Amino acid sequence: MPEPLLTLSGVHTHIGQYHILQGVDLVVPRGGLSVLLGRNGAGKTTTLRTIMGLWQASAGSIVFDGRDITKLATPDIARLGIAYVPESMAVFSDLTVRENLHLAARSGPMDQARVDWIFGFFPALKKFWNYPAGNLSGGQKQMVAIARAIVEPRKLLLVDEPTKGLAPAIVQSLIAAFRELKDTETTILLVEQNFNFVRSLGDSVSVMDDGRVAHAGSMAALANDDALQQRLLGLSLASHQ
Amino acid sequence: MNRLLSGDLPRSRILTIVLLLIFLGLALAPFLTSGARPLNMAATICVYIVLVASYDLLLGYTGIVSFAHTMFYGIGAYGIGLGLSAVDEPTWSAALIGLGLALLLALALAFVVGLFALRVRAIFYAMITLAVASSFAVLASQLSDFTGGEDGKTFSVPELLSPGFTLVENEVFGRSIDGKLLTYYLVFFGCLLLFLFLLRLVNSPFGRVLQAIRENEFRAEALGYRTVVYRIWANCLAALVAALAGALMALWLRYVGPKTSLGFEVMTDILLIVVIGGMGTMYGAVVGAALFILAQNYLKELMGHASNAMESVPFLAAALHPDRWMLWLGVLFVLSIYFFPIGIVGKLRLRSHLARR
Amino acid sequence: MSATLPLASLDAPLPSAPRDIAPLLLAPVLALLMLPLVGSFPTWVTLTVAGLAMGMMIFIMASGLTLVFGLMDVLNFGHGAFVSVGAFAATLVLLPMRGWLEADSLLLNLGVLGLAVTLAMVVTALLGWAFERIIIMPVYGQHLKQILITMGGMIVAEQLINVIWGAETIPLPLPTSLRGAIFLGDAAIEKYRLLAVVVGVVVFAVLFLTLNRTKIGLLIRAGVENRDMVESLGYRIRRLFVAVFAAGSALAGLGGVMWGLYKETLSAAMGGETIVMIFIVIIIGGLGSVGGCFIGSLLMALVANYAGFLAPKFALVSNIVLMIAVLMWRPAGLYSKSRG
Repeated sequence: MPEPLLTLSGVHTHIGQYHILQGVDLVVPRGGLSVLLGRNGAGKTTTLRTIMGLWQASAGSIVFDGRDITKLATPDIARLGIAYVPESMAVFSDLTVRENLHLAARSGPMDQARVDWIFGFFPALKKFWNYPAGNLSGGQKQMVAIARAIVEPRKLLLVDEPTKGLAPAIVQSLIAAFRELKDTETTILLVEQNFNFVRSLGDSVSVMDDGRVAHAGSMAALANDDALQQRLLGLSLASHQ
Repeated sequence: MNRLLSGDLPRSRILTIVLLLIFLGLALAPFLTSGARPLNMAATICVYIVLVASYDLLLGYTGIVSFAHTMFYGIGAYGIGLGLSAVDEPTWSAALIGLGLALLLALALAFVVGLFALRVRAIFYAMITLAVASSFAVLASQLSDFTGGEDGKTFSVPELLSPGFTLVENEVFGRSIDGKLLTYYLVFFGCLLLFLFLLRLVNSPFGRVLQAIRENEFRAEALGYRTVVYRIWANCLAALVAALAGALMALWLRYVGPKTSLGFEVMTDILLIVVIGGMGTMYGAVVGAALFILAQNYLKELMGHASNAMESVPFLAAALHPDRWMLWLGVLFVLSIYFFPIGIVGKLRLRSHLARR
Repeated sequence: MSATLPLASLDAPLPSAPRDIAPLLLAPVLALLMLPLVGSFPTWVTLTVAGLAMGMMIFIMASGLTLVFGLMDVLNFGHGAFVSVGAFAATLVLLPMRGWLEADSLLLNLGVLGLAVTLAMVVTALLGWAFERIIIMPVYGQHLKQILITMGGMIVAEQLINVIWGAETIPLPLPTSLRGAIFLGDAAIEKYRLLAVVVGVVVFAVLFLTLNRTKIGLLIRAGVENRDMVESLGYRIRRLFVAVFAAGSALAGLGGVMWGLYKETLSAAMGGETIVMIFIVIIIGGLGSVGGCFIGSLLMALVANYAGFLAPKFALVSNIVLMIAVLMWRPAGLYSKSRG
């Protein structure tokens, strides 16, 4: 079995006086889509932000592609090939869609073939190419945020609740996008609450609770086990929408 | 004693001694010194203690940075000055009417400016107060018919306080009991009362809410305190006390003018004193003001001598020139913020606290 | 396999993005409104040019400050120091080369000015770099301390100017070829003011183009909105901070030189005197917005000049009244930047 792409061992994160992550052990295998599930407040967003270096881990280690990135600064972590799509999308409102993507394309001018490929599942971006991103709808902003993360090939995508508050039609195009991404070299770590969204996409799943990973395994196993779902998440995911 | 100081004891032996010395020094100044200059210094120290303490209420206890404080100080001073110069015979009623109007103006301005603080961020507020205060200063110096312009106004004080008045025939301990002495004690006791009032204020439940707001405004709001209301109250109270301090100063100097009452130099003095003395301590104002005024007078002399001695070295001589007093003060100020953020009083209290463990 | 979505909408015409043009109209509308009030067209031209010139100089001084605040969330109360230092540094060139300044040749005059300005900008850029590293960096994020410490820095800088250059004001006469006025019909337009307007427009154009057409400008605009996200995209934006700070200081230095020539006199306190106007201008414009700062500067200067002519007593407080009026309309300034 090849070495996992990302490994968190005993990671603790304190924010002010709050002890949010209390020893997170997380393994993200290479390739495919790993899902991070959990109730609100379980620490999922904090985990992503800690990986990205936006919050410093107070203990434990984070190893990415063989390198210890626990103490690295955010820009350096990003340059190792990790892209982050935050919950707030963090689209630059004053910049046009084109400028948003241009900024994300660190190594030089954007590859037109790649951009066309993105237009394939996010046609709205082509339409609003020279439009200030702040004028776009929520769903379109989400497309910008994801497009930013994939405008150049990256090793790992950290995506935080992309479907929150989006219309079903947009969710469909996101599913299509992620499915295509899975065929590429990119590994995806996805935080989501929409189980239908992740059930068809996810390969492996980790469930967080109270700042720790309570369960890790294959998606298939979790999806077929109602009792397990009930125990971990307090409900049967099939009925949770 | 505990009740008098509203439970806010010095909490440090050195501090207690220093405070006692300052208190006795100011109380007995007329009899411990001779001549006009030391008495002038003492009166200035009294007024500055109150002026800086009222600023500490804003900065140290509520966490508001305002550059409009000297404006209120000036309003109080001009209230007395214009009131007394508007009549031929200086009477108490003229003075009190002037003071009353000044206090109303100060209150109104403080209220309006405080209300504005609602809509803007802390940094905005600081900049806006700077703009308002400097406009006010410009107005004061330009409306010369009314305010006496750049030169200000000299005026006479009510008979009881005038230098010509003598209460007792003979000298007591080397000082004649004249109007000047009476004025001094008016200033002294007035400032003492104001200071004790402020001390009571910051140690009351109101004061504690102010500190809570300074620490974490969001949490204070969440706890149910309308922070805006408290801020406006703090603003108004600080302004009123500053105005009263200005009034006392005007009575002492028998003069008001834009430079002494409204100038930016006074604002920088206040900032320096409150930081070096210790923010959020009240006693910091006492220690800081005393040190500052004493240093300002005596150190300048020292600098003059040093500058003359260094005549051969061009830049050094210029740097040590007494007019460059502000340079060293500025350096001390910057260094204090880095290395000394709790100020003198804070440091003394910390030492005591650590020593007791 | 890509999702199939209705493609018909792709070719539909784009709805035009609503552009915020109201602030852009303020200055022109004000100027036009004043024309009937002033009465005489030539006087109006003189006043308007005077206002534009003054506005440009204030803009140059203030633009650095607003950019620094928007990008780094640092409010430099000591910005006035760069204005003063720039002006005084320029004298190191202007005084020795007095001969060339007095010659009646535009080329020579501008040459010396150019040299002086370059020196001033280099000196203030270096000073700015040092200021940022020594005074400001230790207090990132602590607004209270920033305000206090930068004020302290300014006091020290002002006093040092007095130490190095002496405590008296230094007269700075205009170069010969820039004295006096040219006449458009009956209207007198001072030559120096015309130069100031040209320089101001050039500075604005350079800033505008840099911010909107270069990658660095892109980084700055994005950084003003959301620093964390820019770092998450892999850019070490903190390194950009110092560069922007130094550039802002250099602009202040340029403004200082121009202001000194405008007033024809230098004093160490000039920074402190202009800082209030600078603050008002960036408040009006919106902290972080260069465009807003530009409009704000023009507005303030125009109002001050018209008021000075029409109602001199009002002119004393015209700045404050303008500030309050704008804030009542838009509490965060003309253009506020979203902070994420």
